[in-house]
Amino acid sequence: MTARARLLLLLAAAAVIAAFFAAACTELPPFGTASHPYGERAVAAALAHRTANVVSSVNFDIRAFDTLGEESMLFGTVLGATLLLRRARDERHHRAEAGRVLPTTRLFGSLLLPVTLVVGVYIVAHGQLSPGGGFQGGVVLATALHLAYVAADHRALRRLRPLTVLDVTDCAAAASFTLVGLATLAAGGAFLQNMLPLGTFNRITSGGTVPLLNAAVGVEVATGLIVLIAHFLDQAVELTDPEEHRKERQ
Amino acid sequence: MNDWLIGLALAFTVATATVAVLTRDPAKQAVVLSALGLGLAVLFAVLQAPDVALSQLAVGTALTPLLILLTVRKISRHRAPDEHDEEQR
Amino acid sequence: MGVWPYLAAGWVLLVALYGLVTSRNLVHAIGCLAVAQSSTYLLLLAVGYRDGGTAPVYSDLVPGSRPVVDPVVQALALTDVVVGATVTALLLALTIQLRKRHRTVDPQALAGLKG
Repeated sequence: MTARARLLLLLAAAAVIAAFFAAACTELPPFGTASHPYGERAVAAALAHRTANVVSSVNFDIRAFDTLGEESMLFGTVLGATLLLRRARDERHHRAEAGRVLPTTRLFGSLLLPVTLVVGVYIVAHGQLSPGGGFQGGVVLATALHLAYVAADHRALRRLRPLTVLDVTDCAAAASFTLVGLATLAAGGAFLQNMLPLGTFNRITSGGTVPLLNAAVGVEVATGLIVLIAHFLDQAVELTDPEEHRKERQ
Repeated sequence: MNDWLIGLALAFTVATATVAVLTRDPAKQAVVLSALGLGLAVLFAVLQAPDVALSQLAVGTALTPLLILLTVRKISRHRAPDEHDEEQR
Repeated sequence: MGVWPYLAAGWVLLVALYGLVTSRNLVHAIGCLAVAQSSTYLLLLAVGYRDGGTAPVYSDLVPGSRPVVDPVVQALALTDVVVGATVTALLLALTIQLRKRHRTVDPQALAGLKG
């Protein structure tokens, strides 16, 4: 198909989509409507389970099974990227030489690194109380570690991040989500039913299984993303293939 | 007041999204995507969705542009010698 | 504000589709896909907004004292953001592999299958 034919096909399809989408929008409840039947039921269910952050309650209690699927997607992505970005037979590994880092960058990096890590852990741990949770805190933790790369070099980052340990932790965290579900089955409930003692409202131990699943997701997201970025970094910085060696020698 | 904030954030998001699509160079697009992520995070915050704003902030402004830039570096390191060859011809 | 936020989401989706179709670089196409994903967050959160509502977090809010926005769509959008990032990562990994094997990232130049 030529580029022109493709563009014409898109324009025709886009006209149809635009017309029907705009027509559907006029039938939706207007922006800012006061009627949210599902939202009100979710709020009531979260309060009944003594979870202060309703979004966390929806994710890790009411829709816990969906979150299991999502978490498996993340795990599958890390696995797929590890396979796709592994070192090929004809690729050569060379150590990236340390670049010069401005002293101020080094200072800010080493000051910010511990602070950002603590913030990440805080966001994961308070997921059921305040905005945040395993997904957000995990991403913060994973990106925070790479301040070491900004402030120093690849070798410092490598020492901070033992990939084998992280791989195993990632698998264990992904499995523990399912294990919590199996435990609730064994205890006579439904899969991933919230059966633990609910605790006191607005305490860090409240919410039954929500903090457990939240922590599992936090560990999985953090370790999974670190592994993912590590493979991308290796590809971008340290691995070269035969074509490049030829070019370099010329 | 809140309506104005929402409208402003929405307009910024739509504008950056359009610019991001029309930026053909992936390295420059990554920077615009980062701005789009920031705009979306602000919009989600004024739409009273702090959870989504937090995750959008971490993913949209840091993770996605970082991965795109690393990929661009990997790919253009291949390409750089090719262009050099063409110059020699 | 009526239907404007919904229409904005539709516009972002269509613009991103235009970028995807006319793209000559797979990395640019993946960026456009990320923009298309952001249109879904826009639509979801616009549907869940309530005038005068506050965030659905009760750690410093007495239940029933104020209306809150819809937490269900927020949970969906949260899932969406993380899944979007993983999809982007996997596609970028595929692009790197493609560049190694086929020496190009132009979708127009990827005509035939090669072993």
